[in-house]
Order: sequence, then C-alpha cells, then structure tokens
Amino acid sequence: MSREAIFPARGPADRLTAAFWRHPRLLLGLLLTPPLLWLGVVYLGSLAALLLQSFYSIDEFSGMVVPEFTLKTYAELLRPSNYDVILRTLLMSAAVTLGCAVIAFPIAYYAARFARGRLKALFYLGVMLPLWSSYLVKVYAWKLILAKEGIITWAAESTHTSGILNAILALPVIGGNSLSTSYVGMFLVFTYVWLPYMILPMQAALERVPTSMLEASQDLGATRAQTFRTVILPLALPGVIAGSIFTFSLTMGDYIIPQIVGNSANFIGMAVYQLQGTAGNIPLAAAFAVVPILIMLVYLTLARRAGAFDAL
Amino acid sequence: MKTTKLWGTTALAILTGITPALSQVTALGEGEGEVSIVAWAGYIERGETDKAFDWVTKFEADTGCKVSVKTANTSDEMVALMNEGGFDLVTASGDASLRLIAGGRVQPINTDLIPSWSAVDERLKNAPWHTVDGVHYGTPYMWGPNVLMYNTEVFKEAPTSWNVVFEKMDLPDGKSNEGRVQAYDGPIHIADAAQYLMFHKPDLGITSPYELNEDQYKAALDLLRGQRALVGRYWHDAFIQMDDFKNEGVVASGSWPFQVNLLKSEGLPIASTIPQEGATGWADTTMMHVDSKHPTCAYKWMEHSLASNLQSDLAVWFGANPSVPAACTDGRGMLTAEGCTANGMDDFDKIRFWTTPTANCSQGEGACVPYYRWVSDYIGVIGGR
Repeated sequence: MSREAIFPARGPADRLTAAFWRHPRLLLGLLLTPPLLWLGVVYLGSLAALLLQSFYSIDEFSGMVVPEFTLKTYAELLRPSNYDVILRTLLMSAAVTLGCAVIAFPIAYYAARFARGRLKALFYLGVMLPLWSSYLVKVYAWKLILAKEGIITWAAESTHTSGILNAILALPVIGGNSLSTSYVGMFLVFTYVWLPYMILPMQAALERVPTSMLEASQDLGATRAQTFRTVILPLALPGVIAGSIFTFSLTMGDYIIPQIVGNSANFIGMAVYQLQGTAGNIPLAAAFAVVPILIMLVYLTLARRAGAFDAL
Repeated sequence: MKTTKLWGTTALAILTGITPALSQVTALGEGEGEVSIVAWAGYIERGETDKAFDWVTKFEADTGCKVSVKTANTSDEMVALMNEGGFDLVTASGDASLRLIAGGRVQPINTDLIPSWSAVDERLKNAPWHTVDGVHYGTPYMWGPNVLMYNTEVFKEAPTSWNVVFEKMDLPDGKSNEGRVQAYDGPIHIADAAQYLMFHKPDLGITSPYELNEDQYKAALDLLRGQRALVGRYWHDAFIQMDDFKNEGVVASGSWPFQVNLLKSEGLPIASTIPQEGATGWADTTMMHVDSKHPTCAYKWMEHSLASNLQSDLAVWFGANPSVPAACTDGRGMLTAEGCTANGMDDFDKIRFWTTPTANCSQGEGACVPYYRWVSDYIGVIGGR
C-alpha cells in the first residue's frame, strides 16, 4: 500500500496556507494592500485633492469657490505681497539650513571620529534630548529668552555689550525692536529647533568615512586641511545634503514659529493657515501649499543626484 | 420682463418671510434628555477648568438635559459644523450668525417660550446680527468691546485717541511709540483703522467700518502701512500679547477686557479705555439648528443662558458683558456693577459690532470690498507692502 505524499487538508487554516503557498503573490498582495491604500488614498489622495483645489478660483463678489479650471489662482501667487511670502520663506529656509550645517558639522565630526564610550552616549543624548520635549514649550521658552526684557538683553547689559546687540538689531530688514521680534531671533529659534535633524545624518555619514583613506591621505603627504577638503568633505557631503533636506523642508512648512517669534510677517505655512481659515480662500491656500511641494521636488532630485539618499 | 422680476422677488420675499414663521416651535414638550452645543472655548463651563465657574451642572440636574459641547476655534468652523448638522445650538458671532441665517441652517426663535426674553438688554433685543426682517434667530449670549489697553506707568492719564497706535508720536514718557505698540493680527483690524478714519477724515464718507468702498479701503490700508513701522509684532494669541506687555516693553494696544483683567489681577500697571473714536466689538448669539433633534432642551438652555448664573459668571470668566443687564447687579453670580463697567457695559453705543464685510453693502451691489480681499491685503500690509 502506497502512502500519500500529500496529506489531506485538516481544516480551513491548512487550505489557506496551501493557497498562499501555491500563489505567493496573493499573500504579498494581502500584506501590501493596507499600506498601499494608506499611501494611495489617504496620503496621495489628499495631495491630489489639494492640487485640484488650487486650480479653482474664488469668486470676486461672493467670496465663494468657483469649481472651474483656471490658472488665475496661481497668477495671484505672483502678486507682490504673495511673492514676498514665498521669497521670505525660501530665504529663511536657506539661511537656517546653512546655519545648521555650519554649527552641526564640528559637533557631528567630533561625535563621529573622537567621542568614544560614555562620551559618545552623552553626545547622542545631548543631541536627542531637546527632541523629547514639546516643540511648543521650546519655542515659547525662546520667546522669553529673546524678549526685550529677557535674559539676553540682561546679559548684554551686565557685560556692557549692549552696543553689539543694538548694532545687530539696527541692521536693516533682519533687525527689529528686539531679538524676539526680528528675523535674527527667528533664525536662532529655527536653527535651534531643527539642529538635531542636521547633526544625526551628518554624523552617520562621517562615521562611514573609512579611516584607511585618511591614513592613505596622510601617507601621501596631504596636510590636515587638504585631507579635510579633498577626502572628508566630499565623502560626508551626502550626509550634509540629507540633513539639509530635513532642515530646509521643516523650516519651509513651519507655521508656528513665525507666529510666536518674529515681526508677524507671513510665511508660507502661516499664509495657508490664514487663507483656509477665516478667509475661506481655499484655492489660494492650496496654491500656496503646492509651492513647497514643487520646491522640495526640485531639491530632492538634486539631492538624489548628489547621492544623499545613500547616507540615510 | 421687469414685472416678472418684480413679481418673482416679491414672491420670494413673501416666501422667505413666511417660511420661518411657520417652522418655529410653538409649544414645548418634555425634555429630550440631551442638548448639543457648538461653542467658543471657555463658553460652556461645568467647573472642570475652575471649580468656581460652573453653569452646566445645575442645568442638567434641573432639566435632565445632558449638555454636550463641541468647541470651535473660528467662525468658519462654526458654520461648517452647523452645515454638517447633528447639533442643537451654536454660540455664533456676528460674522457667522448672518451666514447661518442666509444659509437656512438656523430656525427662528419663539420668544414667547423664553420667559427671560423680557430681561434681555433692550439694546440687543433687535440687533441686526440675529434679527432679520423682524424675525429673531436666537438669544443674545455675550458681548464685549475691543478696548485700548495701556500701561499706566507710561500713560498717567488714559489715552483719549487711538492715534497712539496708529500714528508715529512721542508717548507721555517722552519716548517714541515705535516698537512699543501692537495691533491685532487679523484682517478685521482694517475695520479699526476705518473707524479711526471715520472720525478723523470725515470727507472719506465712511459710514460703517465694515462697509468700505475702494477709496475708503485704500485709505484704511495706507493708515495700516504707517502702523506697520510702529508695530514690532502683531498679536493674535491673548497669552502671547500678555507676555509682550510683560517682557517686550509693549505699552499700548487694542485688546480684549480678558487680557486687561488678567494682567490687572497679576498686579501689573495696566488699564483700558475706549477712546473718543469708539471701538469695534463682538456680540455672540445662541442660535438653534433648523433640524434640532432636542428642541425642548434647546429652549430650556436658551432660557437657562439668560436666567441663571451663566450671564454673570461667564462675564467674569471671559471679561465680557452679559446680555441681561440685571446680571450686573442682582448677585446671581460673581459679577458686580463695577465689573460690568470695567468690561465696557456702559460703552455699548461707542461700539461697532463685528460683521463680515461683503461686496454687496449699503453703498450698493458690489460696491464694497469683500472680506477675502481684506485677508490677502492685510497679509501684504504685515509683510511690509
């Protein structure tokens, strides 16, 4: 009597397993459907709805949205007051990114190449710790620090350096009545809040620079500056760019900091918030929201070419 | 053709005039056990934020109507929620109330079913933001002025004009007002500028700060562009403004009695006034949804909102004024006559209440600048354009 090579199915679970075994794509499909639905419907769907809204316009008289295709709303973006908002946001994002890169590099370099053991843990903790407290608390704390009657003014007075502070505040455009109502202050807060997002990818990239290459560079007679310029910097650049993606996009989308610190001039996020709220001008809000998306698409394409995604 | 149009509009007018009268509640039945209210934050308190402020618990015990609250942050949110439906009442501000009436989302109120209607402030009974063609669409809830808050160490005497925040000048302490004044970070502030011009430039012919034609609007924007140079930061969060008065050296700004009372209670040298030009203000109305599922409880709440400690304690809580003048003096809650005076109870006539600017106004069809342009232009002004 021959014995069967295949046992009969003992129940529905067996049949299900068998079905998955016979059709491997079925299981894959089942596992992938929920996240793909999320990505497709909730995430990309809402973006599509936004894009659609931006091609509508608002009726001049009634203030009602007219659901007809038009490019009028995008043309409105080019009006001086709106164009200012975009330019202001872009400049601030660029400045913050640059500031973060300059401050983060030495920290990341030290943490990646020299810090060992407990010191390294301390560095990680030091970078991550601010991320554990509420974003709002940090921003409000900075508002107080930067205030006209705050600790910085007080410190400047007691060290007789008020002249420097006043000279900074007297600068045209970026200066102001006090640090907390000026672009300088806003820059400081942005830089503080997004700094960890720059340090971490930078550190990851620097850690990946092989020591052997540095030794080879030294053996071949390169000075420290030459090694830094021709070996370390090019190899760490993808990490810098990866970090800059975070700082740039986060600054561009933020609408809380410009409300609390600074001189109330609008940034893209704030404009979107105001236009979709009381104004009910959803088309213009949507058009404003499309701007950072486009800018980030260009930015990401450039970053990909520079190999930034290999460092993430 | 003209006659058809006339007949059409007449018929429409009669219809819209009659339908509300037909649909209003004529008699109250048994309480339905619950009532849901869309309200501003802090408007419906049941002693959970602060034990002393509770005007819900007793209502629930007395009527058996369980109160549920949905807070809204903007007038648009209120309108959106009411359009969605499923609520009984809403505490609508002047800019939302007329939209709700025009959109047919709220029903007329039978004032005979609200015994305390007679106690309502005569100045509010027929207010245009809830009364259309003589039909009442709600009961007045609370109102308040946008006062001029100032630092008493700088201003030994109350400033008599809003010019301290609009024009570059030296304040009584000899220093310029540059960087020491604030303005509201909302397009409705254009109305404050218009009100200032109404007094100082009568030749512009402004009759209402919420109805501005192109020329009047341009003059108001020009005034605000001058103000931009004086203002370090515009305010829109009450607590940030209070912080700016404490730490940023701000000494004068348009504000709400809410901030004034809180800063005073902290012992700071702060006071407020309504200058000679008058002030803008807000007035909220309890309105009833057209498809309210709990009409009896809704009516009971409206009665409660006028008759109980609500009018008195909420006025203290919010720095606002009761819609029932008796609440100032009859000791039903914590409010006193002095409190009412401090919140601006006697200044009703100086206040022009907030309504949404629309293109069609008393100056004619499409003669006025609509609100959405106020928004984009005010963004420009703050941005330095």
